[in-house]
Amino acid sequence: MTTATPETQHATDPGPAPGTSFVSATRLVAEREMKSFLRMKGFWIGFVVILAGLFAITILPTVFGGGQTSVAAVGTGTSQALDGTDLEVRQTPDVPAAKQLVRADEVDAAVVPDTTGQSATGVRVIALTDPPTDVVAALNTAPPVDLLEPAEISQSTRYLVIMVFALVFLMFGMGGMAIAQSTVTEKQTRVVEILVSTIPVRALLAGKIVGHSLLSIGQIAVFALAAPIALRLGGHSELLAVVAPALGWFVPFLCLGFVLLASMWAVAGALVSRQEDLGSSMGVVMMLIMGPYFGVMFFNDNPAVLTVLSYVPFSSAIAMPVRMFADEAPAWEAFAALGLLAVTVVVVVLLASRLYSGSLLRTGGKVALSKAWVRTD
Amino acid sequence: MPSLSGMLTVKSVSRSFGDHQVLHDVSFDVRPGRMTGFVGANGSGKTTTMRIILGVLGAHGGSVSWHGAPVTGPVRQRFGYMPEERGLYPKMKVAEQITWFGRLHGLKPATARHNTDRLLEQLDLAGRANDPLDELSLGNQQRVQIAAALVHDPAALILDEPFSGLDPIAVETVLNVLRERSAAGVPVLFSSHQLEVVERLCDDLVIISAGRIAASGAREDLQSEFGTPRFELVVDSDAGWLRDLPGVHVVDIDGPRAVFDIQHDAPLDNGRGAQTDQQVLQDALRRGAVRSFTPVVPSLGEIFKEAI
Repeated sequence: MTTATPETQHATDPGPAPGTSFVSATRLVAEREMKSFLRMKGFWIGFVVILAGLFAITILPTVFGGGQTSVAAVGTGTSQALDGTDLEVRQTPDVPAAKQLVRADEVDAAVVPDTTGQSATGVRVIALTDPPTDVVAALNTAPPVDLLEPAEISQSTRYLVIMVFALVFLMFGMGGMAIAQSTVTEKQTRVVEILVSTIPVRALLAGKIVGHSLLSIGQIAVFALAAPIALRLGGHSELLAVVAPALGWFVPFLCLGFVLLASMWAVAGALVSRQEDLGSSMGVVMMLIMGPYFGVMFFNDNPAVLTVLSYVPFSSAIAMPVRMFADEAPAWEAFAALGLLAVTVVVVVLLASRLYSGSLLRTGGKVALSKAWVRTD
Repeated sequence: MPSLSGMLTVKSVSRSFGDHQVLHDVSFDVRPGRMTGFVGANGSGKTTTMRIILGVLGAHGGSVSWHGAPVTGPVRQRFGYMPEERGLYPKMKVAEQITWFGRLHGLKPATARHNTDRLLEQLDLAGRANDPLDELSLGNQQRVQIAAALVHDPAALILDEPFSGLDPIAVETVLNVLRERSAAGVPVLFSSHQLEVVERLCDDLVIISAGRIAASGAREDLQSEFGTPRFELVVDSDAGWLRDLPGVHVVDIDGPRAVFDIQHDAPLDNGRGAQTDQQVLQDALRRGAVRSFTPVVPSLGEIFKEAI
């Protein structure tokens, strides 16, 4: 048909039919899925809310943390420098006393006379763990900053990272539900009959998984790029240094994990015929998402359980990056878990493809897995 | 043996659902350039047969072939199909949707767009091109469904109840589009409950009853095969004398107007009543003026009743 024009091809052309290859059928389905999704308001609202949330958790505490920022001032030169700022100033007799206040967390920072000549304004700033951005900003010219206890990963930071990873996993895992919904829509509107008579069922499934995976991976990429920016803006540069490698591990784990869940969502959608019945087939998939989420949240301080979770394909997406972050596992373990996940993805996609084909054209009530598997047609 | 070029052949197809066999040894041809009407009662197996042709369902026996070779996926991709249960993407825009289906059937983007525009024009939908499907009336959605089945200039058309739900004007519009395809040499198979529509439209006829083909062939052949030879005679005086003629069965008499059948065992009959009818005409002329003497072609409904 490559040579036949549309006007002549229909009647008698007996040549080998060309049409859509598996790959281009997959691409067309993926394109349609993505387009229809990108056109939904809900998608963009969710996206913006998460992005805004990301910036909010990292920046807001710095901005509003503890109300007005207080500083301990030593000497008259510093008082001049602090004049006209909205910092709460506590006059302190000497530098050790000021440091004492900083350590005791009674003030956010101390402003002391500079004795080394490094400072243009003649003052330097002493803080506990992080350079106090607002204090530095309040002074006309940025003074040198001394940190009394440079940060290392605290238990609370670790917990925060676990929470964020687990939450992102939960979000994307549940986001895969869109695949189930799109599949049910096709069954419910019967458009599936035209699709199946036109392209291979596997291309339909592949297109859905590819389309939604690309959408999710795109979002993951945006968040992964936004996270360092947000951390820097929030003045958590030192946290960024430790989070970055973990983020580097989290992204591939999350992407593979999504494909795994996506294929299961597609089956969940194919088993029922109406949106209302989706609840009855989603349970297993939901459990496979919630399970790892709660598992990691509850057992994150139990190294043995966490190690196991970091290998189990569904929870490894959260647990392994967390272990990498806390420096509890060498790189080979991460590669091993990633490999295991990849193998699981291949196996599950193959199983899902059979179940999907076996149930897609069955309507009325929920299709039993065994029936979908047998596939009499 | 007729040429297989452009012919869609269903051969000895059977199919069961569980213990219930719904198709028994179904065979018929859909010839190129012919509109083939597919009629049968509800549940007689029309939709199942069509689904098997399109590969949506598998056959438990028999085969479907195109140009004499079994229908495969890539061949099927060039067929156009309108399923009984209508459905397209409700939120997708009309033109975008038809173009997408065109591409799914293997058209290049530009060709798909061109064909979409042409079809929307033909089906009087050009003004709705950019509306989401679910904002259209049901009748218009149905036209979009037809456009989706035709966008790739299909090699064969399988339409399950294409006219149900259409108003008379829409029926004409769709009819014209289908006739055009058929005239271009495309075999068209369509099912319908509306026998008058089928009667007006089809060249060939396939009658299915309880999963078995009751009759199939050219419409005229079936009409002469299944209809009793029937005539209408209008004379000047009372036509009651007809009742006394041998081999004639009077169906209705109303003064000078009479409708009668020629019985199969009528004397001098060649099986088609060709002699008896002339005998009746001569008798009538001997008795007076004959205003009208017309063979009555049996309607599809009558053939249908006769065949099943």
